[in-house]
Amino acid sequence: MVDNRDINGDEEAVTTKELTLSFGPQHPASHGVLHLVLDLQGEKVLRADPDIGYLHRGTEKLAENLLYPQFVPYTDRLDYMCAMSNNLGYVLAVEKLLGIEVPERAKYLRVIAAELSRLAGHLVCIGAWGVDLGAMTVLLYAFREREMILDLFEMLCGGRMTLTYMRIGGVRWDATDLFKEKCAELCRVMPGRIDEYERLLTGNRIWIKRNKNVGVISAEDAIDLGLSGPNLRGSGVSWDLRRDEPYLVYDRLDFEIPVGQVGDCFDRYLVRIEEMRQSVRIIEQCLRDMPDGPFVVDMPEIVPPPKQDVYKNMEALIHHFKYVSHSFKVPKGEVYHAIEAPKGELGYYIVSDGSERPFRLKIRVPSFVNLQSTDHMSRGEYLADVVAVISSLDPVFGECDK
Amino acid sequence: MKIDREALLIKGIKQRFGPAILETTVERGEITHVVDKDSIFGVCSYLKNEPDLRMDFLVDVLGVDHYPERPRFEVVYHIRSLKNNLMLRLKTRLDETETIRSVTPIWRAANWAEREAYDMFGIVFDGHPDLRRIYMPEDWDGFPLRKDYPLRGYKDQYNPFGEDKK
Repeated sequence: MVDNRDINGDEEAVTTKELTLSFGPQHPASHGVLHLVLDLQGEKVLRADPDIGYLHRGTEKLAENLLYPQFVPYTDRLDYMCAMSNNLGYVLAVEKLLGIEVPERAKYLRVIAAELSRLAGHLVCIGAWGVDLGAMTVLLYAFREREMILDLFEMLCGGRMTLTYMRIGGVRWDATDLFKEKCAELCRVMPGRIDEYERLLTGNRIWIKRNKNVGVISAEDAIDLGLSGPNLRGSGVSWDLRRDEPYLVYDRLDFEIPVGQVGDCFDRYLVRIEEMRQSVRIIEQCLRDMPDGPFVVDMPEIVPPPKQDVYKNMEALIHHFKYVSHSFKVPKGEVYHAIEAPKGELGYYIVSDGSERPFRLKIRVPSFVNLQSTDHMSRGEYLADVVAVISSLDPVFGECDK
Repeated sequence: MKIDREALLIKGIKQRFGPAILETTVERGEITHVVDKDSIFGVCSYLKNEPDLRMDFLVDVLGVDHYPERPRFEVVYHIRSLKNNLMLRLKTRLDETETIRSVTPIWRAANWAEREAYDMFGIVFDGHPDLRRIYMPEDWDGFPLRKDYPLRGYKDQYNPFGEDKK
């Protein structure tokens, strides 16, 4: 709804001409390559039409031409802020298709990795959001902790951004004692650090003015538009796949699901802050409960031999070669598996024709679906509020554009 | 009184729509109905409005290309109920020359999902409010996820490695 009246309720004397403005694709606040076509009446937004696809790489087409294990590194490049979650969604879908269950230790390691990646993802979200609205400091604070998490990833698998830590049948490497120690240290310092962000933002007058009652979406609209993750919970819908459709060991862990009340940008911010605290709790519990034992399944057709054996042992070398060149066949059928990624419901739908390559692989990416509500959220708001709306939706274009 | 919603999802729908449900499978805990193309809108609106189901959350709409089989395309719907914690898959088949009714009036979430299916496969959704390409440029030739579309695309001035057009 466009409101042409001024503060006294009188019709504005000066009528302004409608204007179409291109926001992005090269704009510092557009979170990558978002091109937003905005119809404006003065400062008010009449319509927002996101034009996406600048980063479209045809991931799904590539998947149809790759062996199942070869596709794992491609998932890193979807939501590159939290590669672990993307890996996890894919390997769980393939494992569901294969009908295998990974060992207990692998499950815990996966949960730790996924929650670390949720922390890293939310840190970038809140940091970038702060910069977009003029609060530079919080980005520097957030990246300080993100650095600790990236160091942990490096300890775990050698990579920092594109991790490929998950493997069909388990994880690539076991966690060392040093990793566990450093991870526990992160859990110790993190709550205090989250308090610091809150001191910078939650009570900050400018932050409140820019986010309170901006981009409001009701629970019904949020569900109807397919919002998921923190954006859906910000509108007061208590829905989290970790609790409602538990995978791995989430059903044994004790954590809470924060929800908002109004459904504005500020609620979406508070939900993310609280989710970070809950992630720390989850990691602590996993470190405490994680058993010893193997970290991959004992199935030589699905898991390649350890690398050191490949150099010394003839059979291991042949096995490795067969694995890399031929991979394994996956039973015919179809499967949909969704996980709660930091951005929302990340689902992989795989149709298998019984060969070594997926016949069709569809990724239900949360950023894409969430971005659809930009129009609903920014109609009738001021141009400057569109920036807050986009930041609160937290789209990542590697994922949105696939 | 506790309602067995799983049974309602499997048997209830079959009974209600009879011949429009062509096939029903339960595999790996996932319920799938293959629905006649012309009944898809009716089934979807029943699922959303039936008080015992309330399938209010559309997860995704996507296309699958079975070229050279006929009918060529499959449109797959993943639908959830957040309130009752249910999940269902609907599938429907159609040929290249046929169109299918859009479910955007039922769930607004279908808007972009159907645009994507149109962009990637050329499946036309009747009654869609804004059926444009979403990922590819608007003047793009062909539908990239079709099985007969080459992996490297077609050869033109920007793409010297592409295949020649037949």
